[in-house]
Amino acid sequence: MGVWEVFRQDRKGQPFEHAGSVVAPDAGLAEVYARELYSRRQESDALWLVAREAIRALEPVPAEFDLSYRRVDGYSLRLRLREARAALGKAESR
Amino acid sequence: MSDFDANPRTARSAPDRLLAFLGKPRKAIELLLELADDELILGWRDSEWTGIAPTIEEDVAFSSIAQNEIGHARALYELAAAELGTTADELAFDRRPEEYRCAPLVQLRRLEWARTIARHFLYETADALRLEALKASDDAELAGVAAKIDREEAYHRMHAELWVERLRASEDGAARLREAVEELWPYALGVLDAGQRPEYARRVEAAVGFSLPDAEPVERGRHEPELAELLEEMTMVRRSAPGAQW
Repeated sequence: MGVWEVFRQDRKGQPFEHAGSVVAPDAGLAEVYARELYSRRQESDALWLVAREAIRALEPVPAEFDLSYRRVDGYSLRLRLREARAALGKAESR
Repeated sequence: MSDFDANPRTARSAPDRLLAFLGKPRKAIELLLELADDELILGWRDSEWTGIAPTIEEDVAFSSIAQNEIGHARALYELAAAELGTTADELAFDRRPEEYRCAPLVQLRRLEWARTIARHFLYETADALRLEALKASDDAELAGVAAKIDREEAYHRMHAELWVERLRASEDGAARLREAVEELWPYALGVLDAGQRPEYARRVEAAVGFSLPDAEPVERGRHEPELAELLEEMTMVRRSAPGAQW
């Protein structure tokens, strides 16, 4: 028996997301099981199946330095969007 | 206006007589009911594995396959019901046991994995042949439903064939498969018309890898004792409240 990780896509063009896994004796039955477990209610447009051994898991990167300055938490996207819309509205009403 | 038109109760319980009276294309509706009954009863039998299949994945997958079969039955009953002026539920649940036209193969209760797989494989292989013929039917509606069913059956066949390969891969599995196929072969022949049987035998032999025994087909129309028990249970809730709106 092996473990296969299943990724499903909601609709065409959407990213594949991890759905869960299936345990199966071979790739063929893993396909059958993935289809019946993750798309029997037509909830998936497409599935990917990856043998768990094929996944290369990396160790977490050690946090030696404070890298918070690289994040954009302090930058309010909503505010900038509002400003941009206001500026655009002004431009259009002219 | 005939008695049959005026009395839905009679219509429900006697599609045979109704058909004869209305003079509908008998063969077409008979075929629809044969197919629908096969799918309904096999779906019901396969659903007996829910909760007790060998692995959780197999449990969900096989239960889902069983539900698909019942879904196919519904589509076929709806076609027949439109012709007969009744409903799919009435055709599925309100007939007398002797009126069901399902092949004896699907009636058998064999809650043993090798026999379940053997029956599943034998049925799907027969069904593929039957659907191929129906897809070429002059009746566009029937051909369309057959094509839809076949697209789903393709996954059932894949499941059945993978299991046959899996059983064949070990000595013990191969022996169990052979015993089950040989036991069920006379029943399997009864699913199809005589003309389709040679091709059917050829396909089954190619997949199982041994010669099938000469067998006297167990024909449609025979009712195994297990069928009455199944119908008793299947219609229990519906009979508990006759005429209820669910």
